[in-house]
Amino acid sequence: MNVQGKFGPNYAATQQIDVYTDTREVLAHAKRNARLRGLQDWFVVDIDAHHVETVSWKEVVQYIEDPVIRDNAMRYQSERIGGPPYGLNGDLGLRYQSVGGRIPHQDDQREKVAETDVHRDVVLTRRAMDSLGVDNMVVFPTPMLFLGMHPQPEMEVWLGRAYNRWMADRILSGDDRIKTLVYLPFNTPQEAERAVEEFGDHKSVIGFCVTSTRTKPVHHNDYMRLYRMIEERGKPLAFHAGYHWQDPSLATVNRFLGMHCLGFVWCNMIHMTNWILNGIPERFPKLNTLWVESGLAWVPFLMQRLDDQFLMRQSEAPQLKRMPSEYMRDTCFYTTQPMETTHPKALENTFDMINAKTQLLFSSDWPHFDFDLPQMICDLPFIDEQAKRNILGLNAARLFNLDPTPRKNLFV
Amino acid sequence: MNEYSAGKVDDYQDGDRKVVLCGEAEVGVFRIAGEFYAWHNRCAHRAGPVCQGRLMKRVLEPVDADGQVRAQAYDECEDHIICPWHGYEFSIRTGRHPGNERVRLRKAELIVRDGEIYVRA
Repeated sequence: MNVQGKFGPNYAATQQIDVYTDTREVLAHAKRNARLRGLQDWFVVDIDAHHVETVSWKEVVQYIEDPVIRDNAMRYQSERIGGPPYGLNGDLGLRYQSVGGRIPHQDDQREKVAETDVHRDVVLTRRAMDSLGVDNMVVFPTPMLFLGMHPQPEMEVWLGRAYNRWMADRILSGDDRIKTLVYLPFNTPQEAERAVEEFGDHKSVIGFCVTSTRTKPVHHNDYMRLYRMIEERGKPLAFHAGYHWQDPSLATVNRFLGMHCLGFVWCNMIHMTNWILNGIPERFPKLNTLWVESGLAWVPFLMQRLDDQFLMRQSEAPQLKRMPSEYMRDTCFYTTQPMETTHPKALENTFDMINAKTQLLFSSDWPHFDFDLPQMICDLPFIDEQAKRNILGLNAARLFNLDPTPRKNLFV
Repeated sequence: MNEYSAGKVDDYQDGDRKVVLCGEAEVGVFRIAGEFYAWHNRCAHRAGPVCQGRLMKRVLEPVDADGQVRAQAYDECEDHIICPWHGYEFSIRTGRHPGNERVRLRKAELIVRDGEIYVRA
C-alpha cells in the first residue's frame, strides 16, 4: 500500500461550499460525471434553468415602457430601502427555498465574475452549462414567476415587457447558446399578443411562456387569437409551473415541503384539465404545448382521472375526438424536472404513458434546490440509448428547431 | 487502494471537518466528540459533494404528553453533514440519512498512526 501523502495532506481548496463558491466548483462532480458518461459528444438541451432577475432589477426597470412608471421604478431602486424590488409581488415561500441555508446556491451566487465583456448572468449561465454538460440552456426568471397573481394586471404588462427587452438586449446578445421563452403578460391578452409580435422572431426566442401561477382560465375566448398567432409561428407555448401560498386550497399546508410539492403541480393540473376538456388541441392542432417544472408523476394521475370521467360525461367535452390521455400524450411535451426517482417502477410507467421517447425533454432547474442533472437520464435502466439521446437533446432540437451539434466543452 | 495523509490528529479540533483529495477520490474526515469518521465525498443521492456541505445538528420536533407540538429543537448529540446540492442530511457517526437509513454514505477506511491520520481510497 502506497502512502501518497508523504509531504503532508492534500486538502481540497474548498472545504465548505457557500454562497461565494464558484458555480464550477459547486458543480465539479457534475462535470466529472458528465465526462464519464460521454456527454461531450451528446447534444444536451436544458429547457428550464433560472437566473435571479432581481439581482439586475436596477437595469430591468430602465426598460419599462411607461415613462412615469419607469421613473418611479428607477427612483425606487436607487433610493428606497426596506422594500422588495419595484413592482414584484413574490411569494412567502421564496424565503424557505434553501432549507434554512442548507443549500447555499439557492440563496445566492456571490461568486467572483471578472469578465466584463458580457452580463454577469451570461457568465454564470456559461459556467452552469459547461459544468452540467449542456449545449443550450433556456433561462427563466425567478420572482417574476409569481407576477400572474399581481393585483395590478398592468404591472405584469410593464414588467413583462421590460424583462423581455432586457433579456434580448443584455443576456441573449451575450451568447447564442442561451435561449428564452418570451414572458407573456397573460392576464392581459392583447398585450400578450403584442409580446408575440414584438419578440417572437428574435433568433434566440424559441417559444413563449405562460407562468402558470395565475387564475385566468386558459380556455377563455379572449385567448384564441393569441393561440392562433403562436401556432402560426411554429414555436411552442410553455406553461411554467410555480406555487402560490395564498392559494386558498393550500391554506392548511404549513410546511414549505408540502406546499412546494402540491403547488408546483396543482397549477398545471388545472390548466391542463381546462386545456384538454375545452378542446384546445382540436382547435389548434399544430400548437405544441410544453409543461414545465411540475415533474412527471402528475401526468399519469391526471390521464387516468380524466379518461375515467370523460367516458361517463362525454357530453360535457363534446369537442374531444379522442381520450383525454391521448391528447396529453400526443400533443403535449413535458420537461423532466423535478423527476420523481424514488419509485422506479412508477417512473417507468410514467415514461411509458407519456411516450417519453418523443415527448420528454430534459430540464435541470439549476440553480434551484431540487435541480436535476443530465446524468440522471443517462443512468435510467429502462430506456435505450436512443431514448436517452432524445430526452437529453434531440426532442428539444425537433420541437424548437435547434442545431443538434454539441457546443459545450467538458474538458476545459 | 492507496493510503493518503489527512493531517495530524492535533490539526483537528472537535467539530472540525477536512476534505482530502485522494487521487481521483475525495474523502471527508470529521472529528466529533473526540472520535474520527471518514466518508467518501459523494452523496448517496446524486454523487454531490456532500462532505463540503454545512455541518448542523439534527432537527427534532418534540411531542408532549398530550400529543401536541410547540417548537422544534436541535439534537445536541447528533451531528449532520448536509449535501449542498440538494440538502440530503446524514449522521456523521453512522453515515445514514435520518429519514431513511437505507440511504447512506460510503465509508472510507481511516487509520490513526503515530499521531497522524490516514485514509484509504
